[in-house]
Amino acid sequence: MARSLQCFQWFWVSGKTLNMQLTLEFGGGLELLCDSKKIHSVNVEPQNGADKLIMKDLLSWVRTNLIKERPEMFMKGDTVRPGVLVLVNDCDWELSGQLNTSLEEKDVVVFISTLHGG
Amino acid sequence: MQEVGTNPKRSSGRMCCICNQRRAALKRTKTLEQICKECFYDVFEEEIHQAIVSNQLFKPGQRIAICASGGKDSTVLAYVLSTLNKRYNYRLDLFLLSVDEGITGYRDDSLETVKRNEIQYGLPLKILSYKDLYGWTMDEIVKMIGLKNNCTFCGVFGRQALDRGAALLEVDKVVTGHNADDIAETVLLNILRGDIARLSRCTSITTGQFIALFSTIIGFCLLQTLDRLATYAYFKKLDYFSTECIYSPNAYRGFAREFIKDLERLRPRAILDIIKSGENFRISTTMKMPEQGTCERCGYISSQKWCKACVLLEGLNRGLPTLGIGRNRGSVNGRKNSEETKGGKSIESKGCGTLDF
Ligand SMILES: [Zn+2]
Ligand SMILES: [Zn+2]
Ligand SMILES: [Zn+2]
Repeated sequence: MARSLQCFQWFWVSGKTLNMQLTLEFGGGLELLCDSKKIHSVNVEPQNGADKLIMKDLLSWVRTNLIKERPEMFMKGDTVRPGVLVLVNDCDWELSGQLNTSLEEKDVVVFISTLHGG
Repeated sequence: MQEVGTNPKRSSGRMCCICNQRRAALKRTKTLEQICKECFYDVFEEEIHQAIVSNQLFKPGQRIAICASGGKDSTVLAYVLSTLNKRYNYRLDLFLLSVDEGITGYRDDSLETVKRNEIQYGLPLKILSYKDLYGWTMDEIVKMIGLKNNCTFCGVFGRQALDRGAALLEVDKVVTGHNADDIAETVLLNILRGDIARLSRCTSITTGQFIALFSTIIGFCLLQTLDRLATYAYFKKLDYFSTECIYSPNAYRGFAREFIKDLERLRPRAILDIIKSGENFRISTTMKMPEQGTCERCGYISSQKWCKACVLLEGLNRGLPTLGIGRNRGSVNGRKNSEETKGGKSIESKGCGTLDF
């Protein structure tokens, strides 16, 4: 525990890898795919040393790190499955460029499945 | 250091097309205008208000039960209807009415949501169970008949249960909320099955009315897509239950749903347009409704000797669960007319929670 914290600080100070702290929220049944936990506070590294993180990267990160079962309920191709609503800071991601939306420290990203239940 | 404007999310912080004061949060389904949260609430609620007014759904002083399943549609309907009732002084007495089919892990959890809604919206709640009404839970029915025809039971028992609940609450009308996606699916499925006549049977696709014994049951399409219903519910922090019924719709409906979702992605208003097409398919000739009598067994309205619920129950109790479903022989009602056979067939292939009028 103490050791990983040290590592984290080293990375942070050296500035080689910027960890971005994000809050991810899953709803409408999607939480069932990630241990039934709705809110995840996560640190995500930008891909391949890039200095920014976009939604496309975040989706593949989520798929690898958070989704524990039935990934097809969450994604179709390289984007979310039709019927999954995405909000970045309470704003529909359609307005911010969908997969190309850039993320910033402390952003809140919400995924809601609209398909379940009547 | 980031330059100002490199982040499309912030730089495109466009202003709302309607108020021009707050930052846009989403696009309107109909017009694709970018609007803010507050204006979205206004537009959303106003569209529902307009549908209520133009269809003359309610009269002042009426007692209305909202069919509450704990799901998104009914939770949004209950919230919006109680809001509009106050805002526009409809002078309605509103109630929540829930049917407990007896589905472990689904209905028992969703009823907890409905009980919270009772407190959140201050609307009195009545719950009726299949077990009390018919002596069978849905779990027991499925154990006996399997998963194939269970939605026939949902449809027939469900509607009658709502009507009996209406009698207990002494309400004039029961209103069930539906989203635009489900109605568009139903329109498509009817077209795919060659059943255009079914589309024309109801007075209106968006406000299908069924006159039952004690009340009128209105299937009210909120004309909002699932996407927008979910957005509204999320922004308003409405408490709803979101797990699919485990005895859920058939594969054919599933394909129609996927198809509609793909269309919506290409063109968001496709869903609303399918419904509009459905409305235009309505044939103007007046349908001859089957003559209404009463069921010899339970006294409920029925065009046959026995009502559909009694036929289904007889089958269950005699261990012949397919009685009354589709093309079975030896029906209690003897020779069936073609109308009945056809009705049975289309009920059979319907998913639960769909508008069945
Ligand atoms: Zn506005
Ligand atoms: Zn069903
Ligand atoms: Zn009967």
